[in-house]
Amino acid sequence: MFVRGELEKIEHKVLSGERLTREDGEKLFACNELSWLGALADYVRKKICGDLVYYNVNCHVNLTNICKSRCKFCAFGRNVDDNGAYAMTIDDAIKLVEEASHDPHLSGLHIVSGLHPTWTFENYLAFVEVLHKKFPALYIKGFTGVEIQHFANISGLSVEEVLIRLKTAGLQAIAGGGAEILTDRVRNLLCPKKATAAEWLNVARTAHKLGIKTNASMLYGHIETLSERVEHLIRLRDLQDETGGFQTFICFPFLPKNTALEKEIKQTSMWDDLRTMAISRLMLDNFKNIKAYWVMLTVPVAQVALSFGANDIDGTIHRENILHDAGATSPRSLAEDEIIRIIKEAGRIPCAIGGNK
Amino acid sequence: MNNLDSAKEKISSGERLNFDEILALYEDNDLLYLAESARRVKESKSGKKIFYTINRHINLTNVCKANCPLCAFQCRSGDNRAFTLELSDVEKILSLIPNPQSLSEIHIVSSLHPNKNFDYYLDAVKLVKKNLPHVGINAFTPVEIVNFAKIGGKSFSEVLSELICAGVTSLAGGGAEILSDRVREIICPKKCTAAEWLEVMKTAHKLGLKTNASMMYGHIETIEERIEHLIKLRDLQDETGGFMAMMLFPFHPENTELGKKFNLRRVGAWEDLKMLALSRLALDNFEHFKAFWVMLTLPIAQLALSFGADDLDGTIGEEKIIHAAGAKSSAGITRQKLEKIISECGYQPVERDSFYNEVI
Repeated sequence: MFVRGELEKIEHKVLSGERLTREDGEKLFACNELSWLGALADYVRKKICGDLVYYNVNCHVNLTNICKSRCKFCAFGRNVDDNGAYAMTIDDAIKLVEEASHDPHLSGLHIVSGLHPTWTFENYLAFVEVLHKKFPALYIKGFTGVEIQHFANISGLSVEEVLIRLKTAGLQAIAGGGAEILTDRVRNLLCPKKATAAEWLNVARTAHKLGIKTNASMLYGHIETLSERVEHLIRLRDLQDETGGFQTFICFPFLPKNTALEKEIKQTSMWDDLRTMAISRLMLDNFKNIKAYWVMLTVPVAQVALSFGANDIDGTIHRENILHDAGATSPRSLAEDEIIRIIKEAGRIPCAIGGNK
Repeated sequence: MNNLDSAKEKISSGERLNFDEILALYEDNDLLYLAESARRVKESKSGKKIFYTINRHINLTNVCKANCPLCAFQCRSGDNRAFTLELSDVEKILSLIPNPQSLSEIHIVSSLHPNKNFDYYLDAVKLVKKNLPHVGINAFTPVEIVNFAKIGGKSFSEVLSELICAGVTSLAGGGAEILSDRVREIICPKKCTAAEWLEVMKTAHKLGLKTNASMMYGHIETIEERIEHLIKLRDLQDETGGFMAMMLFPFHPENTELGKKFNLRRVGAWEDLKMLALSRLALDNFEHFKAFWVMLTLPIAQLALSFGADDLDGTIGEEKIIHAAGAKSSAGITRQKLEKIISECGYQPVERDSFYNEVI
């Protein structure tokens, strides 16, 4: 491996398995050494999780896009009477999953939705119950920390009670979204009506204590500073030290199209996407899995990201809604053989997985 | 010592790689080792500079008698996609170029029209030269030169000399595809042979005409054939020193006969970046590597700057050939956007002319 000047120390730390500090993280974001970052992240990835690349044959279920939070970075949320607003019935959801089940490899559902202003917690819960009963073989990952906190708020139950009821209904893991950037400055500007940083972390902590795995994420490339990206990663790392309950970390580049920020913010470059991926792998030394989410990154970037620290490429998805409202240019679904080809070209071993990794 | 170890040793000491070593690096598939090594080679030659140019593509016609299975651009006359620019059309295009003073290069490549004679092409060049005397004319691939020689009953040297007199300042690098007759027999049987392509380049270089070089990969060629291709280019460059830049073209199978026949899919970004870095390491005597954003898309072209490329090509204006094969990139780009893409990765954008001189 090549060594460069003042970054040499960081390189030594990484190679000897020492934890990187906040200052190290900031230096990495300032360094402009993309292939070096990638090579270091790739080294760590190989050490932590070998050459397997996880993917799943999955189906996204977005129950409703009607949302009372209306965060500035979101192109999916609608008011009740907006054009294109929808709310699924249980039959709609069953129909969608039945359609996706034509693929015999379908192994999991990913359920995330808007914060519907009149739905009760029981409304959401009923979807999980019915889908789990009807499709018992499918691994159900659903709801972000934001939704869980919302359920607690509207039901008067504690976060813990909400999680227990969801688990009993058949939910097996919590989705990683809604973390955005875990600082109150950013959240107050972008998404003041939804779970605070502390609340988001508390949902994850509570889930982990109940033995429910969760994912974590970071939405970057909007109004956050590079130091805030580092801060975010450190908060996740601290909680992971405490609980070990995060399964996968996902980097989400912000897609500005059709959002309230469209005019001010330009979409991130592939270069920023890859360095953020690599730095995340280097900072999050206690996370096993880092996902290159192809919907946001595009398929080519997601493929290249496999050498920048990623060991997961998400799944076939069946039909993606949320990010395509924000102008995602990637396809709405990906065939399994295409995912396998992409992984193999990168010299890695495709591994289909429905549940815990 | 095995081939991979000796390759790595040679890379660190700056020695030339042989066939087996290049193959070992390919098979090792360590994308970031290749990237880091290729970038160091790039930086040893051009530091933090990344070149771009203000240019314009003109495709005179898409009517073609070669009908290569690899191509989505060509068609037969009478096809409803067929177009052929007359000199008056060329004049109109030239008159519509905004800010002609800031333009550095006109790039002209076309198909092999079944009825147009050599004078037609020559006159098009003269017209460009007359309207834009300050602009470099990078025109015609060796495939076209061989065609001109055939239809005009002239030698390569005569054809090239006449083109130089008309105003051509450098030859385009396309049409090399894979310089193996086995491959050409399948992907472009009616085009010039590998030997002819190289002969045209050699002749051009002897006449003082600089040229580019290219490789089109990701179809039916073997990895060994790719490497042999690179070595053929490197050998000629040793002999003449006349190649300015190398370009790598991933094959776009959409709308092509070849794609259909062999059920080909476009190779991934991984392969694109790997081939770029590997070629940079193999072609130690080439100064410049283009990340041709039309082929690669802008995001991948930007990333290519970390994999050994030092040139983003240009603003282009309007590109027809690759877009006919389903390229997803836009057809033109502004100077500001090119500069932003370059600066974003910590490089320094440098506007160049047709010969890689800095434009001040």
